[in-house]
Amino acid sequence: MATTAPPESPASGGRMWVVHDALAVAQRNLIVYLRIPQLLVFSTIQPVIFVVMFRYVFGGAISVPNGSYVDYLMPGIFVQTVVFGSMTAAIGLATDLKSGLLERFHSLPMARSAVLAGRTSADLVRNVFVATLMAAVGFAVGFRIHTNVWAFLAGMGLVLLFGYTFTWIFATVGLAVGDPETAQAASFPVMAPLVFASSAFVPVESMPGWLQVFAEHQPVSVTASAIRALFIGGPTTSYVLQSLAWCGGILLVFVPLAVARYRRTV
Amino acid sequence: MILGQTNIWQIAKFSKSNHLTTPTITEKLHRMANAISVDGVAKGFGNVIALDGVDFEVATGTVFGLLGPNGAGKTTMVRVLATILDPDRGRAEVLGLDVVKQARELRPLIGLAGQNAAVDANLTGMENLRLIGRLSHLGPGIIKERSGELLERFGLSGAADRTVRTYSGGMRRRLDLAAALVHRPPVLFLDEPTTGLDIQGRSELWEMIRELVAANTTVLLTTQYLEEADRLADRVAVIHGGLVIANDTPAALKARLGGTVTELNFHDEATAIQARDRLARQFDKVERERALVRLTLAAGAGQLMEVLRALDAGGIEPASLTVRDPSLDDVFLALTGRHTETEAVSQETSEVRA
Repeated sequence: MATTAPPESPASGGRMWVVHDALAVAQRNLIVYLRIPQLLVFSTIQPVIFVVMFRYVFGGAISVPNGSYVDYLMPGIFVQTVVFGSMTAAIGLATDLKSGLLERFHSLPMARSAVLAGRTSADLVRNVFVATLMAAVGFAVGFRIHTNVWAFLAGMGLVLLFGYTFTWIFATVGLAVGDPETAQAASFPVMAPLVFASSAFVPVESMPGWLQVFAEHQPVSVTASAIRALFIGGPTTSYVLQSLAWCGGILLVFVPLAVARYRRTV
Repeated sequence: MILGQTNIWQIAKFSKSNHLTTPTITEKLHRMANAISVDGVAKGFGNVIALDGVDFEVATGTVFGLLGPNGAGKTTMVRVLATILDPDRGRAEVLGLDVVKQARELRPLIGLAGQNAAVDANLTGMENLRLIGRLSHLGPGIIKERSGELLERFGLSGAADRTVRTYSGGMRRRLDLAAALVHRPPVLFLDEPTTGLDIQGRSELWEMIRELVAANTTVLLTTQYLEEADRLADRVAVIHGGLVIANDTPAALKARLGGTVTELNFHDEATAIQARDRLARQFDKVERERALVRLTLAAGAGQLMEVLRALDAGGIEPASLTVRDPSLDDVFLALTGRHTETEAVSQETSEVRA
């Protein structure tokens, strides 16, 4: 084996490689994703079960101000799914950190930003697939759009942006804890209050006063409300702007945090 | 160092015959006398000082062993050289490139494998090599060719399309080493490459490392196994508490002890103390550890009769007797006054047995 031959590509780590490297990492994450049954089940079967269960089991007991519960529910389920799904970023990065793969990546000529860019892009691709599947199941159990196709697509876009935003939060968590089990354990207490103390499944008005303040303004609620407004109709702008503000704010904080964490992390 | 010069000449010849174009920067770097030079490198983590001013040089085309127990700073040194960690003080150059300031230029020229580098358990062997190839910015054709070649070479062709999850420990390590070679780096860092492998897996890996060096790769390996450093390395730096406490050829390190090691076991400590006192009158290097007395005989095994006569004169009878060449562990003991970790463990075990 002629190991003395000079490497073919002396160009390394330049900006032009960022996209190339991020694609390689994203592709790898998607392959892994398809290969681990638990991951696939966690992010596809579970949301589908939620749709069906909330629709038929709790749906009768929960009453919403106007319209049918399934129309109220679906936007909430979309948001809940992408938030829960973003936990896989924490688990995935913690696993790569623990196994030493990130250490190897650090010694390669690849672009430093590619690991996080690839990871978050792969999760975005997965969310496109999951959201499409859920919309199909939703339509099958009676979910209807009362506005128009553009509003529907805008709503789905917001779902994906929100999921992407949360991926960066949990990427930071995963790199910070550095162990898959701990990442999972650390993620849940962050997610549960956000998802359940929100307008995702039940109207905020049914909660005690002190909780309402939190529940009304937190990111999951405003995003669920924004998507609901886009699907059902009614005043839309304020919720959409609030949701976009949350996404922008979270990304501004967590992208640099995750990147800093990644650079220090081996 | 003669060995280094021979290799430089070989590279020059190799370059001429294989590359008709003018020598590239990489080829020039290959001809450097020292592939690695480390000068006063220090690195701490909070209150822990991992490296406390390390200096050494590695001649091109040789194997350099960093030998030391767990926590001696070996892995930190490798991480600094592999551009993963920046040192707090000092400087390190690989192929004439500064590991901090020229890390970007250096990365395509180095490979890392071992206990902390890893492969993705959910990808197949082939997918792993291709991923590393892509991230090393090789062209698709070259990646395909090399991945197949390396899997073949490392006896993994049959497992190429199986996920690494199904691999044995030895197969994983071989894939790990293959992954470090996809971009054909002239300098290779192996961090405890055989830790956790069985005897067969270890000798297979040793064989592969030898072949790499024959093809003029410069290898820096860390190890806790004295035998490994002894077998593979042209030079060994003994590292202890973040400092290099010795840097020499394995043969010279052994020669420092001067002679054959004789170990005498006695039935109890009292007898051993008696024996030690008696032998110390006649011999220089006599040590006792519990019921064991160790002598280093400058004139070799021929002096053994004198030892036995001395004991016989005192009416002392040894329970067992071992004569051997000094191992690197003896060197470590002589240098630090302490056994390496592996030895300490075996002593604890024998204590329990007693």
